[in-house]
Amino acid sequence: MDHQSGEGVNIHEFQAKELLRAEGVPIPPGDVATTAEQAEAIARKIGGMVVVKAQVHTGGRGKAGGVKLAKTASEAGQIAAKILGMQINGLTVHQVLVTAAADIASEAYVGIILDRASRKPVFMVSPAGGIDIEEVAAKTPEKIMKLPIDTRYGLQPYQASELGFFLFPDDVKKVRAASRIMMSLYQAFMKHDASLAEINPLVVTPAGEVLALDAKISIDDNALDRHPDLVKLRDETAEEPSEVDARNSSLTFIKLDGNVGCVVNGAGLAMATMDLVKYYGGEPANFLDIGGSSNPEKVVNALRIITGDPSVKVILFNIFGGITRTDDVANGIVTATKANPLRIPIVIRLTGTNEEIAMKILKDNGFSASSDMDEAVQQAVALATKGGKAA
Amino acid sequence: MSIFIDRNSTVIVQGITGRDGSFHTKQMIEYGTRIVGGVTPGKGGQKFEGSVPVFNTVHEAVKATGANTSVIYVPPMYAADAIMEAADAGVGFIVAITEGVPVNDMTRVHPFVKEKGARLLGPNCPGLITPGQSKVGIIPGRICTPGSIGVVSRSGTLTYEVVYQLTRAGMGQSTCVGIGGDPINGTSFIDCLAAFEADPHTSAVAMMGEIGGTDEQEAAEFVRTRMKKPVVGFIAGQTAPPGRRMGHAGAIISGSAGTAAEKLASFEKAGMGIARRPIEFVEQLRARM
Repeated sequence: MDHQSGEGVNIHEFQAKELLRAEGVPIPPGDVATTAEQAEAIARKIGGMVVVKAQVHTGGRGKAGGVKLAKTASEAGQIAAKILGMQINGLTVHQVLVTAAADIASEAYVGIILDRASRKPVFMVSPAGGIDIEEVAAKTPEKIMKLPIDTRYGLQPYQASELGFFLFPDDVKKVRAASRIMMSLYQAFMKHDASLAEINPLVVTPAGEVLALDAKISIDDNALDRHPDLVKLRDETAEEPSEVDARNSSLTFIKLDGNVGCVVNGAGLAMATMDLVKYYGGEPANFLDIGGSSNPEKVVNALRIITGDPSVKVILFNIFGGITRTDDVANGIVTATKANPLRIPIVIRLTGTNEEIAMKILKDNGFSASSDMDEAVQQAVALATKGGKAA
Repeated sequence: MSIFIDRNSTVIVQGITGRDGSFHTKQMIEYGTRIVGGVTPGKGGQKFEGSVPVFNTVHEAVKATGANTSVIYVPPMYAADAIMEAADAGVGFIVAITEGVPVNDMTRVHPFVKEKGARLLGPNCPGLITPGQSKVGIIPGRICTPGSIGVVSRSGTLTYEVVYQLTRAGMGQSTCVGIGGDPINGTSFIDCLAAFEADPHTSAVAMMGEIGGTDEQEAAEFVRTRMKKPVVGFIAGQTAPPGRRMGHAGAIISGSAGTAAEKLASFEKAGMGIARRPIEFVEQLRARM
């Protein structure tokens, strides 16, 4: 099983719960708050015990103190005041979910994950819920049932029932409730083009009610074009600002800790370039893929984002022109550096489509370029290490 | 003399009048690919570049031209439908170049294509080329040269890099195949390795994988148990941080499945050569031939 969590657009727990509630999954009432006052008001409306939960895109919220029980509305307000602004795994909490607390008799796990091997979404269910499912899979695989779904037919009621009996072997009432929840979870998964949808824990209350206490959904970002409603759910405050900037410029960018700023076309070559930087003793400052189309504007944006990182000591271009025309990239470099002269050295490797034109453009504007990848990477690493100045 | 395509392949282009489709159709024709027709709904009856007939549907195109291969350049939201249309029309080999196809669409397409008995390459792939004979997709023809090295890769430009280095070193290629970077694709490493093993004109294989998933480990197991020809492997993303998606939907390390170290260890176990850098393919292959 290849667990693909973390892929695609993550949405917050309260948003995932809204999507599941709309499909009929029973979920305790709750609402999201950005201030302590709001949290207190929500708790008052719910009445009784509530749970205040940090809404951040990271696991281990409970351990970090981001999930707390409150007996009264005023206590909920006090707790919210503490959690809001808290840092959890480097992310600041801007929102909390205030939700009714439920009594728990038992906890189970129910999830749907896209599986590469079977090329299908796969249901995974386990009576050992409330904990990390990857841990369950590693230590006690017999406690997990997996069921690949043929999406042409969808989850069939008999399949949902089989999954339900695995969770509750001797209680048909709970099986029916769990099966209904799984049918709804599958509906939500398909309707919203999810790459992951999970309920963990799925709890049974002492009264025998089956409820979803926590939910996680990741959306396949290839499908966002047909889900404008879901695009709005993306919380950019929960992401690295330079990565948001890059995405809005149609670049794929991931910030890393090194000082060699990389601009590459194609994801595989971009990774191979990072690896080569490391091979020659350097540290890449980022992963950046300018993609297939050749648009000088993309190069300008890429340079702006990379030079915005003060730790970058050298810029390395590695372009293999196929669809990408290297003369477009050369023009982008010239335009960008005319507007904002570089304060750090740049090493350029270009080869492929229109290479001669590109080389001439660069030469005419005072840049030198190589057509050999290893040579360029070695040069960039050398400049980064001694903090060289000349371009 | 090659795998999947050769000089006799007859190819139609779905999306022939679009921006990418028209550009690459010209390139393919220039390379010598037998482009026998194109499909753009509503433009049936026109001629592309004055000579290639355009049809409204794939069924019509296949009926009129007898094409056995199709290459797809339609936008991502229509790609799944285009693939199914080609399979339903009896096209035996379908190459989907389109990037950004929703993954759930592919979960429907895959079993459909299989039931129709067709082979799908991609989506989100650069296609393939049999140097000197035919290219279907977008791999630049001039970096390739005919020879006996089979090349299979998950990525586009990295494939070009390796092919370019092989060509510079005088090592020609039998066929170069890009299987694509998406989590669900039609043709796997193993499919290509099996085809190269069976191809009398391929003497060794260069395989470029990436972090994420277990495809490379399964491929290594196939090499170990089923192949006699030498295989040299490379993994991109050895220095990638865990949990982050590196452009390709498939390139993400999660849990224990998918790290570069794990994949390289499986290569070693299979007795494969390992290229630590793209350039090392040359010496590693040479040492085994």
